[in-house]
Amino acid sequence: MLTIDQATYDAIVAHAKRDHPDEACGIVAGPEGSDRPVRFIEMVNAAGSPTFYEFDSTDLFQLYKDMDERDEEPVVVYHSHTATEAYPSRTDIGLASEPNAHYVLVSTREHGNNEGPVEFRSYSIVDGVVTEEDVTITPTEQEEST
Amino acid sequence: MAIEVRIPTILRTYTDGAKAVEATGASLTALIDDLEGNHPGIKDRLVETKDGSVDLRRFVNVYINDEDVRFIGGLQAELADGDQVVVLPAVAGGAR
Repeated sequence: MLTIDQATYDAIVAHAKRDHPDEACGIVAGPEGSDRPVRFIEMVNAAGSPTFYEFDSTDLFQLYKDMDERDEEPVVVYHSHTATEAYPSRTDIGLASEPNAHYVLVSTREHGNNEGPVEFRSYSIVDGVVTEEDVTITPTEQEEST
Repeated sequence: MAIEVRIPTILRTYTDGAKAVEATGASLTALIDDLEGNHPGIKDRLVETKDGSVDLRRFVNVYINDEDVRFIGGLQAELADGDQVVVLPAVAGGAR
């Protein structure tokens, strides 16, 4: 099961809507082993395509270096499908390389750049096997103001 | 002294779970052959033979001292003791 807070959920959806009709992509990092997605990181889709996404190789290196320094791992790897359902394609399955991550797919096919609900679904993808999992959205924790 | 190679999660099955291993080689090709000697099977996950020539797999990124090897000679990229090599699978996919 994926547990994600409202603000992070909203940020993923907003990114997907903004980049529509191209696919949007990014990750949410969290402390290693915690399974808590806490640090939202939008990535540039180097493919700039409505049917494909790829992190730029230099951005990818910097991202993993930063996570390593913070003892983080990619808890969520997200991308959008802009004309099809929020289900991993054969390409998604073949290229999935984070067996511990939650692969989040958002479909913007219904409302595109506009307001309106989106499909937001999460999967584990391990050795070519896709398993859908429940998504629980929790209220965003407010920073205590002093 | 040797070259440190950082291994991504997906390939740690070949390194008994180790996040980094040591290897030697004066070029990336030689380094990968040395890795293969100690971690059989890993080479095939990094390179592929296409039209008779061996190249890095399209969705595998290798960096030498923070630089993508595709910009510095690919498999022919030179290595020296003390260099750091990082292997990262591409994060990619899409509806296509």
